[in-house]
Amino acid sequence: MSPLTEFPLGAAEWPEEVSRRHFLKLMGASLALASTGACTRNPPEHIVPYVKQPEEIVPGKPLFFASALALGGYARGILVETHEGRPTKIEGNPQHPASLGATDVFMQAELLTLYDPERSQAVMNRGQPSTWDAVVGELAVAAQLWKTNGGAGLRLLTRNETSPTLLDQISRFLAKYPAAKWHQFDPLGLAPAALYHFEKAELILSLGADFVSLGPASIRYARDFARSRRPGEKMSRLYVAESTPTLTGTMADHRIRLRPAELEQFVRDLIAGGGPSKFAPAIARDLRAHAERCVVVADEFASAALQTSARQLNESLGNVGATVDYPIALATSARDLRELVAEINVGKVETLLILGGNPVYDAPADCGLVELLPKIRRTIHLGLYHDETGAACRWHVPEAHTLESWSDARALDGTITVTQPMIDPLFGGHSRHELLSALLEDSPTNGYEIVRGFWQQRLPVANFEKVWRKALHDGLAEFQVVTPNRAPALPPPVSLPDAPPAAPDSLHLFIRPSRQLLDGRYANNAWLQEFPEPLTKIVWDNAAMISAATAQRFHLGEGAVVNLKFRGRSLRAPVWILPGQADDCVTVHLGFGRTRAGSVGDGVGFNASALRTSDAFWGGPGLEIEKTGDTHPFVTTQHHWDMHEREQVRVGTLAQFQQSPQEIARPEEPPPREDETLYPNVPYRQHKWGMSIDLNACIGCGTCTIACQAENNIPVVGKEQVALNREMHWIRIDRYYDRADELTNPRTYHQPVPCMHCETAPCELVCPVAATVHSSEGLNQMVYNRCIGTRYCSNNCPYKVRRFNFLEWDANQFEVPITRKLMRNPNVSVRTRGVMEKCTYCVQRINAVKIETEKADRAIRDGEIIPACAQACPAEAIVFGDLNDAGSAAAKLRRSPLNYGLLAELNTRPRTTYLARVRNPNPELEDLTT
Amino acid sequence: MAQLFRRRANALARLALIALPLFVAGTAVTLFAFARSGFWTRVDSPIEQPVPFSHQHHVGGLGIDCRYCHTGVEQSSFAGLPPTETCMTCHSQVWKDAPVLRPVRDSWQTGAPLKWTRVHDLPDYVYFNHSIHVAKGVGCATCHGQVNEMPLTWKTKQLSMRWCLDCHRAPAKFLRPADTIVDMNYHAPRNQLALGQRLLRENHVNTAGLEDCYTCHR
Amino acid sequence: MNTFVTEPVVQPGYDSAAVTKKIADVVLARPLHRGWILGFAVAFVLLLLFNFCIGWLFLKGVGIWGLNIPVAWGFAITNFVWWIGIGHAGTFISAILLLLHQDWRTSINRFAEAMTLFAVACAGIFPLLHLGRPWVFYWLLPYPDTMGMWPQWRSALVWDVFAVSTYLLVSLMFWYVGLIPDAATMRDRTTRRPLQLTYGILALGWRGSARHWKRFHTLYLLLAGLATPLVLSVHSVVSMDFAIAIVPGWHSTIFPPYFVAGAIFSGFAMVLTLAIPIRKFYHLEDFVTLRHLENSAKVMLVTGLIVTQGYLSEAFMSWYSDDKFEIYMSLNRMFGPYAPAYWLLIFCNVVVPQALWFKRIRTNPGWLFAISLLVNVGMWVERYVIVVTSLHRDFLPSAWGMFHGTRWDWMTFIGSMGLFSTLFFLFLRVLPAISMSEMRDLVHKKKEPAR
Repeated sequence: MSPLTEFPLGAAEWPEEVSRRHFLKLMGASLALASTGACTRNPPEHIVPYVKQPEEIVPGKPLFFASALALGGYARGILVETHEGRPTKIEGNPQHPASLGATDVFMQAELLTLYDPERSQAVMNRGQPSTWDAVVGELAVAAQLWKTNGGAGLRLLTRNETSPTLLDQISRFLAKYPAAKWHQFDPLGLAPAALYHFEKAELILSLGADFVSLGPASIRYARDFARSRRPGEKMSRLYVAESTPTLTGTMADHRIRLRPAELEQFVRDLIAGGGPSKFAPAIARDLRAHAERCVVVADEFASAALQTSARQLNESLGNVGATVDYPIALATSARDLRELVAEINVGKVETLLILGGNPVYDAPADCGLVELLPKIRRTIHLGLYHDETGAACRWHVPEAHTLESWSDARALDGTITVTQPMIDPLFGGHSRHELLSALLEDSPTNGYEIVRGFWQQRLPVANFEKVWRKALHDGLAEFQVVTPNRAPALPPPVSLPDAPPAAPDSLHLFIRPSRQLLDGRYANNAWLQEFPEPLTKIVWDNAAMISAATAQRFHLGEGAVVNLKFRGRSLRAPVWILPGQADDCVTVHLGFGRTRAGSVGDGVGFNASALRTSDAFWGGPGLEIEKTGDTHPFVTTQHHWDMHEREQVRVGTLAQFQQSPQEIARPEEPPPREDETLYPNVPYRQHKWGMSIDLNACIGCGTCTIACQAENNIPVVGKEQVALNREMHWIRIDRYYDRADELTNPRTYHQPVPCMHCETAPCELVCPVAATVHSSEGLNQMVYNRCIGTRYCSNNCPYKVRRFNFLEWDANQFEVPITRKLMRNPNVSVRTRGVMEKCTYCVQRINAVKIETEKADRAIRDGEIIPACAQACPAEAIVFGDLNDAGSAAAKLRRSPLNYGLLAELNTRPRTTYLARVRNPNPELEDLTT
Repeated sequence: MAQLFRRRANALARLALIALPLFVAGTAVTLFAFARSGFWTRVDSPIEQPVPFSHQHHVGGLGIDCRYCHTGVEQSSFAGLPPTETCMTCHSQVWKDAPVLRPVRDSWQTGAPLKWTRVHDLPDYVYFNHSIHVAKGVGCATCHGQVNEMPLTWKTKQLSMRWCLDCHRAPAKFLRPADTIVDMNYHAPRNQLALGQRLLRENHVNTAGLEDCYTCHR
Repeated sequence: MNTFVTEPVVQPGYDSAAVTKKIADVVLARPLHRGWILGFAVAFVLLLLFNFCIGWLFLKGVGIWGLNIPVAWGFAITNFVWWIGIGHAGTFISAILLLLHQDWRTSINRFAEAMTLFAVACAGIFPLLHLGRPWVFYWLLPYPDTMGMWPQWRSALVWDVFAVSTYLLVSLMFWYVGLIPDAATMRDRTTRRPLQLTYGILALGWRGSARHWKRFHTLYLLLAGLATPLVLSVHSVVSMDFAIAIVPGWHSTIFPPYFVAGAIFSGFAMVLTLAIPIRKFYHLEDFVTLRHLENSAKVMLVTGLIVTQGYLSEAFMSWYSDDKFEIYMSLNRMFGPYAPAYWLLIFCNVVVPQALWFKRIRTNPGWLFAISLLVNVGMWVERYVIVVTSLHRDFLPSAWGMFHGTRWDWMTFIGSMGLFSTLFFLFLRVLPAISMSEMRDLVHKKKEPAR
């Protein structure tokens, strides 16, 4: 099929709810469809060739461009797949230190945001459509005044910025208008205190830090961490002491559940090298035994005191320079938000430029920007959406998406990436650089010239063109402008203050970024709304998470709605009982409860930043909750967390592994031998594709789920349909708890489950029309265009990995607009109503490589074919390859003693197999539990 | 009481016994025939185009190589249609004022692309790749017919799945040497089967996978 | 025939003429009765509801039902099995009992077969509605298509297509052939020309000559012989839809016999549900005597016991297999979220039929009617339990879920009853509900002294 005609023509599109009238009108049509739908003559299609074909474009072949996406201002390098100029998939840039070729859910989902038809599309002035020229004109007029008064009352508000070009523009702006001021506010406030080298660590102590799943370096950390835990080679030990469960905590060899006060006591004991806490002495010994080879990581959202003491521990253990570095300190003259608010209050501000971000929604409640912004004479908001802030400002300017504009950014370690546009602004947006240069009244005014111009005069080298092109091509520039790792002076040792006696009914509030919507910037992203929260599996919602004991104490059931009272503010929120949560602690996630996100994100969940104050940015003690009697229906994608002795996840200790490696993965009932069959075994002569999933590496972040969704045109179905168990994810992550009896602090296991591609697949023999059959390379093929939808295959699939189009998902509210069609992967069919679908091992990628290698008449190299899930996985937990090639990574892992097949006793002979999980507990503590 | 039916009622009854099955069978046969008819599949019916481009003239007459215009055919799934630029390389000199070429000149001046109508239109769930077929010895004419004799372009094959499988199940019958891929007047030699077998070996065609669904459907 | 019977199969005092008159008059002489009109009206409204549901289904897709992953089969399959099961009694009565010379079948076989036809018609519709893309249903049939594809012969669903269509065809022929002499009688009795023509065409020029009778009896016996194996084969095949799957609760060798027994069980229940009102309404107590009701009750008792045996062995085997999935499935059926349904089916299909041990109940139309209704309910619930509870918790707890029928599920099911009863009301109105020719035979035989 030609890429120019990949869109299904005349695909029936019925709205979710059809009025009776409409229904009667369509009735005849539907019956006609039902009778002749299968035999209508193809409508004529057209081919529209270029007028002048760009030389590098060969229609039908994708191109990849390097760029970067920022989290909290810090760049993570990406490669973007584009088809005839349409970005269709985002991958990590293997050369970039912060992504190493992997991604996280947010980078994957950025694609959907790029094509979101509800992004703002026009300059708005007091709610009326206006033009870019009008904004520039307004600024020009104002500039006359500023030139006389040095820009008094002129204020600039940005998020965390690392872009050298932008910082340069801002400094020139401040130089030009000495009376003007620059303020910085980032709801994530991510300014990591240190850089860690987990690959060198043999012992890791995390004090509530979720380093594997959150933060600008999490992807790299997850990989380093996973690499430091290979049972065969070397295996580090991870202690986690935390109050609210994190993904890092689920990976712990010892997870210690402590209230915040207890946690501080625990740290004090550690520093003292012993104390009442039953864990501290042993762990302190263990740390000293691993001096210079261990890491202590503190939760960057926790109190400064805790951070400092973590740093003291690292210094005293001599880890600094060995396993701990300090990141670039960005020389910034930015002032903070509180100062701005104060000035607005006294009427000192008459012009405010907001470059990106949505402070009205995500700034602490005590700032009260909603009331303040209208007091300012001239407010200009540059943003992707005409959101809460856009609505509160006089002017709103649509911002060009990172993938639509020129800019640059730094990674945590200082690496610079020049980010280039993949496509012209879909909705005519402008970049921050362009708005600033308009403000500065300097030329050039277009992004490309601004960014390139900055670097040209910054690097007066002869071969600039060459350097520049290489930087663009590689996605990271060799030119460094500031040197990283300048260790800041060690602050004087502070002793943690003794915890104040907590009031009897007072609870501790934790405000954390959401693993679905981050800080709310992704609220209108349906992929992330429907992404199951890794710990709770909740979709389309956030919750106030409490422990079972706390729930009992307040007589609360799942979904009971409570009033959270915190420092004079109150918020209605439904509770969720989260195993592993410390008692008397309530955790809420940011990013929900938007009012102007768009049709997807509006009114989903509650807005946790309503409880946020400048002095309690990430929560704190003094929370009170009261029952309201209402209940809220949560929707989850997994309803049972007990394994029912079915050995889905097999776990053992390192000691066991070293004694008898086979033991851990050995099933209670061994699968039948391959020759125990009346039928001849199928020989797979050419290739024998297989996948291996390392449960010891998987951190349960769910990036594979979203990567798969992006790669395979998987639709979103909405909360109501997920409630009916109709979610469409091809690879899901099952979450199990052991110690089924008590859920105070269970061990949590993650198990990604794609199609097993069973060699003797039960689904195949029950399909009446041979719509699912086996390929000569052992793939379990699902042919959409042959499927008539008996759903027999799904019934007969023991793993329930098959997904069915019960309704016309592609015509549902999230999918109609043309921009969505531009986003689709042209090499994967878009499925219509009534057909079954499932994981294909990304056969479109397999075929592409096979065709290229067969043309070149050479063998396929191991690792040349990478399914979307494996490519995106930060922890390298998923490995795909040819099992006939004994040297391939997949074949090697299959020979590992830890290898086992899920439900293999059913004689399905799965091609997807798992590596059992291995714990590395401290013998001294093994029998202790909390 | 009078007879209810006349004598011929018997004849009619017997006739009905024969006619009924015949009618059913007839309808079925007609439907099958229709589904395979040129009207339905558009085989042998020339397709109107914005410009009455003649392969007969360009290929048959001038002997221009297929790949001069269909540049993607050896690298991509999509053989590609020439950009206006390609047309203008010649038609800025020859026939530069021909009225039939006005759309081409307009496109060149305005930058608005030409809009051709598909002749060989596979369903969107079929992923045909030109480059691999050409590389493994399937000639252009094998599927597209002798375009060098077509004043306007039309389909000569149904492009039904059964037709695809005819070759995928027995490729040896159709393969030809690499140097004859674009040859429009190539005729299969008498020893085609032997030749085909040899080409299968030489081109390392993975015959095992040719019938896999995933080879064409995803 | 056995001599110690108290109840005759036809009350004394009838000669051939009387029998014929009494039966034919139901159609020809009797005026449209208000009761009939009312019943037909209700049935027809339900039929319209059925059409409405089908239209909406084709418009929106099977998503309007409560189906999901893991429970991808729901009401449609339950209804299919239920209806096809009901059909079986008709064939059992008309074919097997004929071969066994059970002359008590004579007066009930006609409408029992009609019941079969209409039930199979309803049953046949559901598998098509059940498809995700019903407009390509014909891919289930082997024909030389343009894709070079065939059906996948290992799938029980393909066997179903053949089993059910064969069943429909044979039942139709059997029923029609039996109808020919009666059609002739109607032709000769009616005085209105259009009716004469219609019945005349149906009668295929039947003149009742000895040759006609000879051929008729031969053909009728042959068809009976043809139909007999179908009684066993059809529902065995249907049961394999479940038995060949690996799903705990489906994957079981007991299914074929257990399903066939269940089919006849529910079929006879339906026969009673229909016969008791009809004989009362049309005053046919003399032809459909207590003897018939009692015999049907006996059949129900026996088949009910076989079904019970099925339930017991299911439970036993899952314990004996020592297979963790099977054991969990059984416990989940009995004590899981669907326990009420399970215990309801046990009550209706195991407990209630035990009442049939008592002759007083077997010969009491009122009691029998109530019992037959309960058994009909019980057998539907049984299929529901087999389909749903097996699927909703199979192998991986992470994928477990619940199924709840939506209003569309229920409306479609009730609507199908509308189709059935509409057809049945029309049948009562235009055709003799009891075989006149065979009744004449019977009366004639009874006159002769017992040899």
